[in-house]
Amino acid sequence: MRDPQNYLPETASQTAGPYVHIGLVPSDTGIKIYDHELGRDIAGPNAKGERIRVQGRLIDGNGAALKDGLIEVWQANAAGVYAHPESSGAVEEGFRGWGRVIADFDSGAWFFETVKPGAGPGRSGARQAPHISLWIVARGINIGLNTRLYFDDEGAANDADPVLGRIDPPHRRDTLIATRDDSGDTPVYRFDIRLQGDRETVFFDI
Amino acid sequence: MKTPAEYYMRDRRLHPPAYAPGYKTSVARSPRQALISLENTVSEITGPRFGHSDIAEGDNDLLTNYAAAGESAIGERIILHGRVLDQEAKPVRNTLVEVWQANAGGRYRHKKDNYLAPMDPNFGGCGRILTDDDGYYFFRTVKPGAYPWPNQVNNWRPAHVHFSVFGSAFAQRLITQCYFEGDPLIPICPIVQTIPDQAAIDRLTARLDMNQTIPFDAIAYRFDIVLRGRRSTLFENRLEGN
Ligand SMILES: [Fe+3]
Repeated sequence: MRDPQNYLPETASQTAGPYVHIGLVPSDTGIKIYDHELGRDIAGPNAKGERIRVQGRLIDGNGAALKDGLIEVWQANAAGVYAHPESSGAVEEGFRGWGRVIADFDSGAWFFETVKPGAGPGRSGARQAPHISLWIVARGINIGLNTRLYFDDEGAANDADPVLGRIDPPHRRDTLIATRDDSGDTPVYRFDIRLQGDRETVFFDI
Repeated sequence: MKTPAEYYMRDRRLHPPAYAPGYKTSVARSPRQALISLENTVSEITGPRFGHSDIAEGDNDLLTNYAAAGESAIGERIILHGRVLDQEAKPVRNTLVEVWQANAGGRYRHKKDNYLAPMDPNFGGCGRILTDDDGYYFFRTVKPGAYPWPNQVNNWRPAHVHFSVFGSAFAQRLITQCYFEGDPLIPICPIVQTIPDQAAIDRLTARLDMNQTIPFDAIAYRFDIVLRGRRSTLFENRLEGN
């Protein structure tokens, strides 16, 4: 056990700035260097479960969509298992559960395709409702913002979810619940992220 | 066997606040509600893992990874290297480190950068590497130029390289910037100065490292990165249900 005074301090965060794409998704800004660009395929070809599309916008305090933001996605598979040795169980070959998407340079819209995650274990024996963890960086965001996306067709699980249950006042939890749209071939969940304002999204200190 | 447990609470005094009006873009992009504290669950103590099949040899050589055969980027040749550690000074192994930067003239290869400094046809501006068993990483690149940016009318960014680091868990995810020792723009940069703690700023400043400098080739700068540490034992409150 180290003396408490000897812990190294965490390196400070700095904004990802307007050119984050060069580093994390270079081909999106026309730079072809890497044979294999990371974060393009979240679920892989073999994942079981329902294929879904998640889409939305990142909206600033003036109501404008950010056109330079980047979102990273982290989720369990349909059985509620993460592709990580500290999650109990195995995932399908090729299932990564991680991806990164950028806002469209012109419209600010973003989307990703994946499988709907399953419920999984929470703390102290509780169950967590199906959810996707999101991490948001952009110019003007000084430290990455952590939030979660839940699903509006999981009402009972959401009501029992210990994380949603912590949110006070309770109506703010609605900012974390994506809205399902079955009008197309693939189910779409709509999820706008508001950085400020009356409906500011809940962000977490994890 | 030790029980996987939580990551140390982030010391927010060492990080910039969301709202930092000297950096004007943060004004409309900063949440105003308090963050909701979330005890780590399996969702936070896990995170993406990367292997050598994900990247290629040479991805960490910005001098040549975009250059035509036999060519090299223009500028002051440097080696930027260091270790990724956790708060207990243990190496963070096999973790992905990604960097991006302007060229030696201060210009990014990005459609939204219209600074008048010229593009370097042999410089892309990004690189990546996995840390080794000691948490060690290195890049070969050119020292980036300072560049002006729209904030106040005459603000210039100090030379910097953007760093993205994963660690072992989503809770450790970090993006930061590395500056260079001796740059007079550091203390007057509104983005640097979003960090409230001078020692934290100093730790973002790479130091000249003559011992690793390669004679007649490249000057070395050393930049170590510290990610959140982790409790080794769970004292109460089971993290996972059974
Ligand atoms: Fe920059």
